[in-house]
Amino acid sequence: MIGELGQVSLCFALALSLVLAASGLMGARVSNTVARTVATSSAMGLLVFVSLAFGVLTYAFVVSDVAGALVAEHSHTLKPLVYKISGVWGNHEGSMLLWVLVLALYAAMVAGLKRGGERLTSAALGVQGLVAAAFLLFILFTSNPFLRLDPAPFEGAGLTPLLQDPGLAMHPPMLYAGYVGLSAAFSYAAAALMVGEQGWARAARPLMLIAWIALTCGIALGSWWAYYELGWGGFWGWDPVENASLMPWLIATALLHSALATEKSGAFRTWTLLLAIAGFSLSLIGTFLVRSGVLSSVHAFASDPARGFFMMVLIALAIGGALALFAWRAPTLQGGAAFAPVSRESALVLNNVFLVASCACVFVGTLYPLVLDAINGTKITVGPPYYALTFAPIFFALLLLVPFGPVLGWKRADLKAGWRALYPALGLAGVAAVAVLAIVSPRGLAVTGAFAVAAWLIGASLLDIRRRKGARASAFAAALAHAGLGISLLGVAGTTAWRSELLTVMAPGQTAIVGPYTLRFDGVTQEKGPNYVADRAHVALMDGGKVKAMLQPENRFYPAEGQDMSDTAIRTTGLRDLYLALGDDRGGGRYALRAYVSPLAPLIWLGGLVMALGGILSLWGRIRVKEAEPKPAAPAVALAAE
Amino acid sequence: MNAKKKRRLAFAAALLAAGAAVAGVVVYGLGQNTMYFRSPSDVAAKMVSEGVAFRLGGLVENGSVRHGAGAEIHFRVTDGKSSVPADFNGVLPALFREGQGVVATGRMDARGTFVANEVLAKHDEKYMPPEVVDALKRSGRWQEGAR
Repeated sequence: MIGELGQVSLCFALALSLVLAASGLMGARVSNTVARTVATSSAMGLLVFVSLAFGVLTYAFVVSDVAGALVAEHSHTLKPLVYKISGVWGNHEGSMLLWVLVLALYAAMVAGLKRGGERLTSAALGVQGLVAAAFLLFILFTSNPFLRLDPAPFEGAGLTPLLQDPGLAMHPPMLYAGYVGLSAAFSYAAAALMVGEQGWARAARPLMLIAWIALTCGIALGSWWAYYELGWGGFWGWDPVENASLMPWLIATALLHSALATEKSGAFRTWTLLLAIAGFSLSLIGTFLVRSGVLSSVHAFASDPARGFFMMVLIALAIGGALALFAWRAPTLQGGAAFAPVSRESALVLNNVFLVASCACVFVGTLYPLVLDAINGTKITVGPPYYALTFAPIFFALLLLVPFGPVLGWKRADLKAGWRALYPALGLAGVAAVAVLAIVSPRGLAVTGAFAVAAWLIGASLLDIRRRKGARASAFAAALAHAGLGISLLGVAGTTAWRSELLTVMAPGQTAIVGPYTLRFDGVTQEKGPNYVADRAHVALMDGGKVKAMLQPENRFYPAEGQDMSDTAIRTTGLRDLYLALGDDRGGGRYALRAYVSPLAPLIWLGGLVMALGGILSLWGRIRVKEAEPKPAAPAVALAAE
Repeated sequence: MNAKKKRRLAFAAALLAAGAAVAGVVVYGLGQNTMYFRSPSDVAAKMVSEGVAFRLGGLVENGSVRHGAGAEIHFRVTDGKSSVPADFNGVLPALFREGQGVVATGRMDARGTFVANEVLAKHDEKYMPPEVVDALKRSGRWQEGAR
């Protein structure tokens, strides 16, 4: 019964999205105030009905209403509550519904915040409505989460155990809030092309920031999860699915910078529009890669060709339509304002060139194998060495240049004064390089360079913070975000260069040494969890003759799903991780055991958090400025201080 | 206007140059770092040179798994027609079993043994890597529904 309620809500949502599309686009015309009112209310209504459908599905998962086909396939009465809820998006249909929920949420935010002119808002809502309608059709026709099973089965089949994890329970909603959130920038850009309004970048900025913050957190969560869950101690594998989330992030980062220039000095008007379109287009391509089943991975729930085809058509229409609109209307927009070769604008050009170039490398590396397979069936993979050769140097060059942006003024700047302001950071970079060369080992060129650049970034950020002492909180946003990059770089460099690894087969009572730690293997016991059975290893961390701590990595088997999973044990000091994963049974109580000591590993994700915090500060500033302003469309005087 | 046009031209030229540089790096990178997927029959047909990294996929041959004294392990990968001996020093995914599908990355050494540096994790006992299915189909040993 409850399933029908969800089904009906989805149909209402589809109808409302069509109304939203029509009224929003009509409201873009000068005189049409009625249509604008309709668009605003239908955006709210769309959110209500999609939420209702999502709520119904969540309820069905929580009570394990196995009469629904989806719940039967993915839930299990024995599953802990939090994983019953995360099970809602741990499958193709539910995750598409979450996708549309986020889209509706951003549509409602566009309607509620009412930033920018009325016509702009209305047209943006119309575009958002079009995208929502397309994806609701996709859900209803190819991925309906409310299909029923007759007769109802006795028990559900469970959720992929990999997804039964607190980090991963939060990862998909966070990631979606990020990359589906880029739809708002996309809609505003398309709307700006339609109505010819220049102030769109300023109007869209808070939603761009929210999306970027969520995407940053989502990627960091995903990377952290891969680290502690997959059992190989890696934080980034250049897996196509990871790349699918990285590409929109790179473009969104470029967009945030370019939109700032458009807003502050009127430069790069058309380029910013193109980035907004490209960002969401990459989100759509990412959704296609992950959801259509062209990739085989933990993320590919479905491999139904109808879905892939439907989605491909949708995406081609969205991207093609937006680009056609761009080609048609962009020439009519006023050209960008002029700026001197040495200016913050020029720094932002470099920022954008490097970000887009690094994104292009990831794009080719991700899609080339798929294209080759489609053309002649040749199966290849493009591994980490490709990215080390292409992405890494480009991104490294970008990091070198980051500190120059904030010390250069808009329009025209003095490079020498900029350099002088950065001298202390340069000194810090030198000290870091010497310290790495003199003190630690192994010392390589790459790790020395990485540490110097990290110190350069963090030092320049500290200088920036000092220079802005007493300013509003939002003035520190860029400094924090850039420092976050440096912190992450420290983590990446530390773990890559100084990780010690131990791979051994141990019998109970044996000891082994890894890095500075002595480990004693105390054997394996069989444990029973709520919905799994586990081999739990007991490993003592020794300090002299005494046991300092017990680590218990596990191998779990989930009978309902017929799948197994490793559960690593990590002991961290905040600056160094001891990481244990249990391997296979080698007979006679002997087990393979893998141990890593990863110096600075936690900094990788701390850096991500600091970056997100920078975004939050900037967002906070925007909200405050908006409160202070009587009219949202007023010129950007309040921000001239930056 | 002229200054503006000049600036635009310079910008476009810079973009073009950057684009060409990136394209060059990408093409070079792809040329150096793509790994092909090969089945044991491909290996038998001498499609793989010694020392070149590739991915080998097939079934773990029944009765072929031997453990060494340390963490090393020896097994054979088969697609029903040919089989290739493989050495691996590392932790195996728990669902590594004889008769099950497997994909490993590594290189052929001078003795004609595949030295794996990674045996890909398989998390689902029903799951069969699509490349392996493909390889088995090509060697004629695949039966629908027989997974």
